[in-house]
Amino acid sequence: MNAIEAKGLTKQFKERTAVDSLNVSVKKGELFALLGQNGAGKSTTIRMLCGLLAPTAGDAYICGHSVTKEPLLAKQVTNVSPQETAVAAKLSVQENLELIARLYGDDKKTAREKAEKMMDAFHLTDRRKDRAKNLSGGWQRRLSIAMALITEPEVLFLDEPTLGLDVRARRDLWKHIEELKGRITVVLTTHYLEEAAALSDRLMIMDKGRCQAEGTLAEILEKTGKASLEEAFLSLTEEVYE
Amino acid sequence: MKWLAFASRNFKEMTRDLLTLIFGIALPVVLIVMFSLISSNIGAMTNPSFMISNLAPGIAVFSMSFVTLFLGLLVAGDRSSAFLARILVSPMKGIDYILGYSLPLVPLALVQALACIVTAVCFGLKLSANLLFGLVALIPVSLLYISMGLLFGSVCSDKQVGGLASILINLAAWTSGAWFPVSVVGGVYETICNLLPFGHAVSLVQGVMQGSPLNFGHLIWVLGYAAALSALAIFFFKKKTRP
Repeated sequence: MNAIEAKGLTKQFKERTAVDSLNVSVKKGELFALLGQNGAGKSTTIRMLCGLLAPTAGDAYICGHSVTKEPLLAKQVTNVSPQETAVAAKLSVQENLELIARLYGDDKKTAREKAEKMMDAFHLTDRRKDRAKNLSGGWQRRLSIAMALITEPEVLFLDEPTLGLDVRARRDLWKHIEELKGRITVVLTTHYLEEAAALSDRLMIMDKGRCQAEGTLAEILEKTGKASLEEAFLSLTEEVYE
Repeated sequence: MKWLAFASRNFKEMTRDLLTLIFGIALPVVLIVMFSLISSNIGAMTNPSFMISNLAPGIAVFSMSFVTLFLGLLVAGDRSSAFLARILVSPMKGIDYILGYSLPLVPLALVQALACIVTAVCFGLKLSANLLFGLVALIPVSLLYISMGLLFGSVCSDKQVGGLASILINLAAWTSGAWFPVSVVGGVYETICNLLPFGHAVSLVQGVMQGSPLNFGHLIWVLGYAAALSALAIFFFKKKTRP
């Protein structure tokens, strides 16, 4: 069974089709990068897979659970680190982590133990009592990803996880993401093509709500006949000016 | 008990805001002190609303308008931030959201009311078991103001909530009878006041605190509005968060 299976997934906003009959499969433990220009339909796809947006047509299955018919079961095995920093501003680092663990059903004791592990893994222990709003952007992003991982999801959506981070923070985060490979299915959206090339097992390039290419980096380069992902990306998402 | 974890977060978010503590606790206390002093200085009571037995429950109910403001700001703030997206991805059910947002406001409202009553006792309100019953009568009233907070937060942006809550605070002040008996104006104005829930809320609590039997008529108005506004809030919250 695939971790993610989307069948004819479509989202229409009045006249505009944001995602058009998308079919995609992601294997368990795979790191799958979703690429595309602004407005290509990446975020809409992720929002439908997470249960934040109801599809107009089609369905998607997370570990076999339909996001439209069994949303709570699908959500139990999913977590997300949204594009913008998604932390409770007035709660401390530790409180933020414990909150998310408890929202997924952990009791207080288990939530505390998991929070300790996450703070340790993400070097947040020294900042445990700091309120989230007082952390820098990089630390908030780190906390946001720790909050996504504390529930031990089977499928993790990382929406632009390194946006706005400095080089060192970005490299640190890459290391964390790479460590997840094989254990957790990760769907990554990013505008940094070198990031996608370095981290992902497979990629999908979207344009105008449709899948333009899908496969490993080598497969995409072969299909487009280009030497780099950037060139392949540009050729697949070419603007047509009339 | 997912709702409990969510409620705990919401309680912390609100009580860690200095504005909540100032408006929630200090302002009603200041109002009671101020109006009690005015009333004692002018001697003869020209306005029965300023008698401490009417003033204390009136201000306790009026102060709950701020509960609407706090909750509206919290819900609207969450909606405008990515934090709500993260929460909505979790396996919480609709009821967890309703309880998680609503229930933290009940103790906050009761602490506010208790502060009013204790201050009023210092200024001559007779200490009796009725005051305790009055606190219980404030629970349905708090549900009314909570339902308005849920609705404002679900429909408006965080910037709009402030303005709308100001209108509500004024509406509650002018139509509740907390500051003057609406029968003094009479006519259409009094009819409108009686159709709104604010006067019923004040009369409900005033009656209980003054030892009268519970007025089910007032209670039904208050709970009826609370139920209708909560239903509207749930409808809009769902509509806005999962298009």
